This record gives sequence, C-alpha cells and structure tokens, in this order.
Amino acid sequence: MTSELIVFLVLSLVAISSALGMLFSRNAVYSALFLVLNFVTVAVFYLLLGAPFIAMAQITVYAGAIMVLFLFVIMLLGAESLAPAQSLPWQRPLAILLAVILAVESIYLVFARARSDLVVTAPDIAVNSMDNLREMAMTLFNQFLLPFEVTSILLLVAMVGAIVLTKQVKGEQR
Amino acid sequence: MDWTIWLEWVLKGFILCLILLTGFAYLTWYERRALARMQVRVGPNRAGPQGLLQPIADAVKLIFKEELTPGRVYKVVFVLAPVFTVVPSLILAAVIPLGTSFNLFGREILLHISNINVGVLYIMSIASIAVYGIVLAGWSSNNKYAMLGGIRASAQMISYELALGFCFAIAIVMGNSMNLLDIVNAQKGIWFVVIQPVGALIFWIATLAEVNRAPFDMPEAEQELTAGFHSEYSGMKFALFFMAEYQKMIVICMIMATLFFGGYLGPGVDKFPLLGPVYLFGKVILLLFAMIWVRATWPRIRYDRLMAFGWKILLPLSLVVAFITAAGILLAQEFNNQLYFWSIPVLSIISAMVAVMFIYRDLRRKSHGRF
Repeated sequence: MTSELIVFLVLSLVAISSALGMLFSRNAVYSALFLVLNFVTVAVFYLLLGAPFIAMAQITVYAGAIMVLFLFVIMLLGAESLAPAQSLPWQRPLAILLAVILAVESIYLVFARARSDLVVTAPDIAVNSMDNLREMAMTLFNQFLLPFEVTSILLLVAMVGAIVLTKQVKGEQR
Repeated sequence: MDWTIWLEWVLKGFILCLILLTGFAYLTWYERRALARMQVRVGPNRAGPQGLLQPIADAVKLIFKEELTPGRVYKVVFVLAPVFTVVPSLILAAVIPLGTSFNLFGREILLHISNINVGVLYIMSIASIAVYGIVLAGWSSNNKYAMLGGIRASAQMISYELALGFCFAIAIVMGNSMNLLDIVNAQKGIWFVVIQPVGALIFWIATLAEVNRAPFDMPEAEQELTAGFHSEYSGMKFALFFMAEYQKMIVICMIMATLFFGGYLGPGVDKFPLLGPVYLFGKVILLLFAMIWVRATWPRIRYDRLMAFGWKILLPLSLVVAFITAAGILLAQEFNNQLYFWSIPVLSIISAMVAVMFIYRDLRRKSHGRF
C-alpha cells in the first residue's frame, strides 16, 4: 500500500461521510457546512492529481463564494430548521431511477477499465509542469474559445436577469 | 524523502507561527501607543519600560478570565468558530517569500515555507474561506446582534473580494506569473506601486474591508450592535478573534508589501540575503502604521454607503484599472514602446479622479447642497 493510496482512501471516506452528513442533518446551516467540507475534500483530490490551479479555483469559487452566499441566504431568511415540506409525489421514483442508472454506469466503467487493463495514466506533462497555468489558459482561449465565451454570456444573462427581476418588484411597489 | 527536509519545514512553520503570534501581541501595543500619540494621550506605559510588557499582562488576564458559554448557543459551531477564524490567518503567511535563501552549516535554507505556482490564488482562496469563522460565530451565538454582525460581515467580505480579486489580477499581469517569488523578482527595477498606484490603493481599501478594520468595521459596530459577531464570546475565545484580526492585519500588510512594494527587495539584498526579512519587516511596520493612522482619522462609514462604495465605485474602477494595465503592457510589448507602458499610471490616476468626482457629486446631491 503506497502512501498515496492511504491518503486517497482516507479522503474518500471524508468526502462520502461529509456528503451523507449534508443529506441527513436536520439543520440547514450544518448541511451547508458539510457541503463546504465536501468541496474542500474534492479540492484536495485535485491537488493529489497534480492540478493545483483547479484545486484553488474550487476552494475560491465553491467554498469561498457560493457557499458563503448560501449561508448568507439561510441566515437572512432564518430558514435553519424549516418544517419538512410536502414532498412531490413523482420525486422519489425519479430519484431512485436516476441513482440506479448512475450506479450501473459507474460499475460498468469500473469493470470495463479492469478488463481492458487500461492503466489510469497521469495527466500529461503539460498539466504537471511549472507552466501549467499558461498551458491551461492557452487551451482555454484557443481550443475552447467558443464554449468559454458562451459560458460568459450565460453568466452575464443570469446577472442581468437578476437585476431586472429586482427592479420590477421595486416599480410595482411604487 | 530526507528527514532533514521535514525538520526544516516543521521548524520554518513553527518559527513563522511564533513570529506572527509575537507580532500580534506587540501590534496591539503598537496600535495603542500610536493611537494614544495621535490623540495626545500617553497610552499603556506602566507594565515594563514604555509599557512593553503590557501584551504579556493582557495575555495573562485573558487566559485567567472566566469563559462563559451562553445556554442556548449551537455549542459545536460556537466552539469551532474562533478556530475557523484563526487558522486561515495563520496559514495565509505560508506562501509569502521572506527572502531568497541563505547558508546555514553548509545547507541552503530557503526563506519561504512553500513556493507554489499558484501562490496568489492560494491567498485568494484562503482569504475567501476566512469569512466562515465570523459568520458562524454570529449565527451560533443565537443572538440577534451577533447574527446581524455575522450577516454584515459576510455581505461586506463578499462585496469587497471582487475588487480585491481584480487587484490580484493586476499584480499577476504585471508580474507575468501567479508565483509570489516571480512577482517580487519582477519588481527588481521598479515597484509595482509606481506603475499602478490606483491598483495599490484599491487593494489597500479592499483589504481594510476584508479584515474588518476601521472605517469598515461594520460587523462589530459598537453603537449599533454592541460588539457584533463576538458579543457572546469571552475569555480565550474572544482573544482568538482578537488575535485573528491582528494577525490578518500583519499578513495582509505582508501581502501588500509583496505585491506592490517590492517584497523583501532592497539595497544590498543580493549580497546579504538575510537583509530580505528585515526589509520586509520594515515595510510591514510602515503599512501597519498607515492602517492605525486610518483608524485614528476616519469615522465608521454608514452601512448602505459601504455597500454602494464597494459595488458602484471600487468594482467598476478596479475593472477599468485592470483593463488599462493589461492593455498598456500588451501594447508596450507589441510596439516595443515604453510610452504605452507609462500611460498605465497616467490613465489609472485619471480614472481614479473620475471616480472621486462621482463620489463627490453623489454625496452633494444626497445632502441637498449642505455638503
């Protein structure tokens, strides 16, 4: 057993238990905190894979910005412990179906990998080199320019939408 | 791996923590003396010569104070919140280069704990995590004042993080790297504060808001919220919040010095690398003095104006300044003409003046000409 495998196993244990904790805690704030722990664990996974940029971006964006906003909203609305809402009738069967599909797919992938004894290769040198940031920016702005720009427009639209929605409410009040 | 490398890492981390902790203790003394001097008072001068033993007396007092845990708090989070606040402020310092390297018993010792490739991003991510401690302290106290303090803290820190991020981007563009050591080395010829004074100023203001210092100490505004997020804390737990704030001040000043004021660079640092930490220390002391000076000078700003200032002035201005910097550097490289390069400070200062004009007009309109 290599040290890397031990670290991986411990981390996966933390990730899975924090995800379960998120699902089963009664208090919304605790749920949010478990989710933060989960995000940080995933960031450490990225570090193990030799991708420090994505790890740091994961912490900054998800743990640092999005979850703080979640906590902010939960605290502002005082929604820590809402009474259990009326559950949607079609929600449970659909959730079970999707979960089964996901499980079957991942098991299939694991076995397919094992049979063709495809060794999981480390990311290529470009990602691991000292210049990993520059490489990534080059790929992002050359090879994936269109998806990148579309994403940015999507975000802009969402932002404008939020502003427009709040404006309308103000106008009606007057 | 060689065990001496581990020993070196542990020792360096230990020494850095010690420096930060001692720095915290003496920063309180420094601040009280400096504030007293500005307000024509004497300040603490009883314990030891010039009151130099005052921090030790304070520490002893805080350790022996009764620690009260109110009955209806969310206990686990209440106990963990001070820890969540202190830890980020300590580990932030890990990536800051204190110097190059020196020889000790024939062994080269690097003067930084870790020289990671994404140093600036590391600082950003840890700084964005730091808000949790304050928010959770406010929420877990189960007290309306503390809660309001926590909510204010989260809103304020998120808002000012944006402008802060653009200032980091400016430093990255000018240093052509995310590695802090490279950024410092890029300032060998000229400090970044000369090229981009407005960026440095925005960085300064945004960091004041990030560490909740006056005039942006809304989360603990005494006359509105008693003591804000730490109302319910006492004894050592309160001391941890206090410690986190002062350590953050020190670390933020170190980051500011590294990004804009040449870090450990100074005359003769190439020959005697041990001068590096000394120069950095001097710069940090000066920046800390500026922080204390700001606290002594400005009154606390009103909460809605704080938000308006962050979103309507600092964010657009930092966007414009970042654009000017990037464009100037690109044009200077493309046409090999230093004129474009020197248009960066000029254009940035002009845009900052426009921003100041907007603030002035807005304030005058709001006070109906009585401004």
